[in-house]
Amino acid sequence: MTQYLAKKAAILIGSLFLVTTLTFFLMHSIPGDPFVQDKAIPEEILKALHKHYGLDQPLYIQYGKYLDGVLHFELGPSFKYEGRTVNEIIADGFPVSFYLGMEALIIAVFGGIVLGSIAALNHMRWQDHMTMIIAVIGISVPSFILATFLQYLLAMKLDLLPVARWGTFSQTIMPAISLAALPMAFIARLTRANMVEVMQQDYIQTAKSKGLNSFQIVVRHAIRNALMPVVTYLGPLTAAVMTGSFAIEKIFGIPGLGQWFVTSITNRDYTVIMGTTIFYSAILMLCVFIVDLLYCLIDPRIQLKQEIDGR
Amino acid sequence: MNRRIASGLVISLLFTGCTKTDKTYRPTSQELRLNLHSEPPTLDPRKATDTVSVSILNLCFEGLTRRTPDGKVIPAVAESFEISPDKKTYTFILRDAKWSDGKPITAHDFEMTWKTMLDPSFPCEFASDLYIIKNARIAKSNLGSLNEVGIQAVDDKTLIVQLEHPVPYFLDALATHSFFATPTHITTTYPNWTDAHYVGNGNFVLKEWRHRDTILLEKNPQYWDRENIKLERVTFALIEDESTELTMYENGELDWAGYPLSNLPTEALPSLEKQGKLHNFAISGTYYYVFNTKEFPFTNANIRKAFSLAINRRSIVDNVTQMKQIPAMSLVPPTIWNVTPYFKDNDLAEARRLFELGLQELGITASDLPPLHLSYNTVVGHHKIAQAIQEQWHQAFGVQVKLENKEWKVFLDELTHHKFQIARMGGLANVNDPMTFLDYYRYLSNSNNLAQWSNLKFTQLLDEADVTLDEAKRFTLLREAEKVFIDEMPIAPIYFYNGNYLKKSYVKGIHLSDLNNLDLKWAYVELNDTVSR
Amino acid sequence: MEDKTYLFSPLSQAEKEAAFEHTAYAPQVSYWKDAWVRLKQNKPALFGLTTLILLIFMAIIGPFLSQYTYYETHLSLKNDPPSSAFWFGTDELGRDLFTRCWWGARISLFVGISASLIDLVIGVFFGAVAGLLGGKIEEWMMRFADVLYAIPYLLVVILLMVVIGSGILTIILALTITGWINMARIVRSQILQIKQQDYVRAAFALGASRRRVLLQHLIPNAMGPIIVTLTLTIPSAIFAEAFLSFLGLGVQAPIASWGTMANDGLPALRYYPWRLFFPATFISLTMLSFNLLGDGLRDAFDPRLKK
Repeated sequence: MTQYLAKKAAILIGSLFLVTTLTFFLMHSIPGDPFVQDKAIPEEILKALHKHYGLDQPLYIQYGKYLDGVLHFELGPSFKYEGRTVNEIIADGFPVSFYLGMEALIIAVFGGIVLGSIAALNHMRWQDHMTMIIAVIGISVPSFILATFLQYLLAMKLDLLPVARWGTFSQTIMPAISLAALPMAFIARLTRANMVEVMQQDYIQTAKSKGLNSFQIVVRHAIRNALMPVVTYLGPLTAAVMTGSFAIEKIFGIPGLGQWFVTSITNRDYTVIMGTTIFYSAILMLCVFIVDLLYCLIDPRIQLKQEIDGR
Repeated sequence: MNRRIASGLVISLLFTGCTKTDKTYRPTSQELRLNLHSEPPTLDPRKATDTVSVSILNLCFEGLTRRTPDGKVIPAVAESFEISPDKKTYTFILRDAKWSDGKPITAHDFEMTWKTMLDPSFPCEFASDLYIIKNARIAKSNLGSLNEVGIQAVDDKTLIVQLEHPVPYFLDALATHSFFATPTHITTTYPNWTDAHYVGNGNFVLKEWRHRDTILLEKNPQYWDRENIKLERVTFALIEDESTELTMYENGELDWAGYPLSNLPTEALPSLEKQGKLHNFAISGTYYYVFNTKEFPFTNANIRKAFSLAINRRSIVDNVTQMKQIPAMSLVPPTIWNVTPYFKDNDLAEARRLFELGLQELGITASDLPPLHLSYNTVVGHHKIAQAIQEQWHQAFGVQVKLENKEWKVFLDELTHHKFQIARMGGLANVNDPMTFLDYYRYLSNSNNLAQWSNLKFTQLLDEADVTLDEAKRFTLLREAEKVFIDEMPIAPIYFYNGNYLKKSYVKGIHLSDLNNLDLKWAYVELNDTVSR
Repeated sequence: MEDKTYLFSPLSQAEKEAAFEHTAYAPQVSYWKDAWVRLKQNKPALFGLTTLILLIFMAIIGPFLSQYTYYETHLSLKNDPPSSAFWFGTDELGRDLFTRCWWGARISLFVGISASLIDLVIGVFFGAVAGLLGGKIEEWMMRFADVLYAIPYLLVVILLMVVIGSGILTIILALTITGWINMARIVRSQILQIKQQDYVRAAFALGASRRRVLLQHLIPNAMGPIIVTLTLTIPSAIFAEAFLSFLGLGVQAPIASWGTMANDGLPALRYYPWRLFFPATFISLTMLSFNLLGDGLRDAFDPRLKK
């Protein structure tokens, strides 16, 4: 087991390194300078700025220096936000995005599985159609449209919730719902699809004939087997919502990490781009790994160490 | 189907939405709640590059001079000043003013701050604002010593500044953030002073800065004129979304929305206008399209003039931007001097004539024209204006101009490397002098001269204006220069900027300036006013 | 050794295949005909199919029904509600929304469907091969997908914009670079589970090649989640296209897609709701149809759902 974990850790670190390298060179290959504004900056000042931040050196030296910093967990200073370091930026923004993301995930997972189960158990009846229509709306309306609509309806007209910003629980409700809508819809449909098949299988029919009621069947057998695609989907989804959604955070004025992913690129704030990418990739690979472990939990027939299916 | 009914309900909800009763909110203290539309990149006056940082800086710092609500310049940190007969040497006597931590403000603070900005190893994007000082540029380019720069603190209270040439707007410039002083005793001790040891000399003190969330300012008890400040606190939310800001304002959570700290959503403007709530304020700025005069066919002045005359500015301002801007048929905005339009707006007949003339001069026909494109950066407003103008040019000449919506930094990069034919640009003044607009085109080598245009007569007129001491004569020369400029039309001016804002009726005494400045020195909250709008 | 006699002599490869063919499926009705019959009986699926056909039909002829073009502006008539002159109302530049909606349909449907189909094919095969082969190959394949997924998408988009320039093909390329990864992951997870099933083991024992097992057992039995994921990929593609066009990568103004129109209409939600309503409704309608049709197809093709 430890051998497996060690090997896996090495692979993950290798992948992380690959992402870092590719992103670094990709970042420097697109046009744009972190300091150039619409009001032109004189040549000598621009050169001095580049020198100050080490941008005048050849790329491979910059890369080496950067990697050195990363190994010491120092992600560098922001170029645009003078005086702030990338470490600080992530430390400030991540807890906020994490909290919101978790709230949205809980809504999505429970809501989705319940909706999907109801639909599957009532295959082709009105409950099925109703839940599927809700799911379609969730999938076809993007989160920012839903967010604006909720804000208008619940905050402005009905005065039930605060309009925006962050601090109290009620300020998390609308953003969490907006974030959760799409995943919940997708999870509902995935759950339904697999459960419908599972419900038809022989061992379920056997359990039914043996006298187990619908609910027991569902909980014991059907959901378990329908969980595979849901868990797969949840891997990257968790990484994404934990690190924040740009649109939702912008609309609700939430000081999370999500906006940094986009604004850092627009600003060509190299260190922030790299820092956020590394942070996100680490979380992503971790989540994907946990998902793989979960497969074995859900379906004991799947083994950790896969042999090549040979003959 | 269920879905149809649901959407029907939704639609009716939306349509009945517009007449909602506003919340009544009673202010109970001298606190002003505002919104800043993005996180300030820095609050160090030496390093500020954008209007957001500058808004806060103007509240936390004060320069040697200050602008009054009616646009005059009065002494502030400087108690008095003397100008030499050749208008190149200024002597300032400082008053007994203190930093917000109680230490006295000295002339050395000014000297240290400005010289630090001009130090080649100090990262500071707009040290160029100080280039009017003698030997400043040489020092920054590392070609001369900082000791040669024309800034000298004779003693604690006396500061002598020498300029490269007479600058009539120098006292104006001293009121802007580029010339603020920073507390030497703080900046030399704490390199990261803006985070934990923020000290200023302005109307307000920075009490708290929760990044991306809130900025909290309180009245500065050490300010030399503190008896006249009535506000106790100013809080800034940091909401980027315009619609959310408007919603918060209407919900009673903000006392002000829009100019100068942010923008009102364009779609809301007609409705707000109808309700009579919208306020307007003219800004010193021009929105225009730049022609790359080194790119065929815009090498020809008549072609450029044709494209400029074919734009229907009145229609754009009334229907597309809807912000009550003034159509621009010249370069320098009316906030700076009386504007004389040099041509008629939407002059299709003349435009077509010039178009044909230009084609003749180039020796081609319309079908020989290369594909034309208009570049702009990814902002909804630019996108809409570009679409409208694209169609106007199509109607005028039958020419299809391709729109190129570019990502911000890619756009800037292409501009810097002159890889464009027509590009959208906007110029905002930082002092109210015509030279800020005209100077860009003085030399071909000026990196702001995106049009790559130069004209000997134009350069000569500007050079002469620089050494003309008589104000009226100087303006005449600058007007002549503007005429030469528009005659060759290296840019097509479109409109002069206008700011729109909303304010609650209990907010009084706020003074705006056409330079994007928010002056809160005389602001206060009327405590016994019930909000009715 | 060669002289040993056996009770049973081993079959040749050809004999094995022939035997396998006969034992795998019940004969009588052809698979495809059977599926089509069942699809027709599925009312919601039929509704979905007809709606889609209608939308495609309108996308083709819609613009010809109105007297306006999609680009002519009537600035003084901007933001007008639906009327007899402008059936869907006008947008912020006074352009006819009816015409623009059907032009937008062409872009959205074409880009959405083609990008999704490409994602489908790449994703299904990548995921299935990874899941089937297992071991080191699977590890490398999945890590490759992870690395590709983790690289900031916006950087890739900007690079494409600079190197290739904007246009429909660039958008489809941008959409398919990483769009298949989600599908691949889900397919792989299904394969991991399905290949443990007894009938799959039996098929291998009977000597079926990996390719046959893949095409005839693994993929068809993963159809459920595949179709569901496909129905998520399509709106994803439509809105990603809107986002990319907003950045300047896709179709340039004045052409617009449903997604772009929805983006433009959003800030006007409180004041001119029809600008958002029409494109958003058509997107939802398209999604609903695909979902119903997709569910119907899955039900139709699943042999075990024979009632």
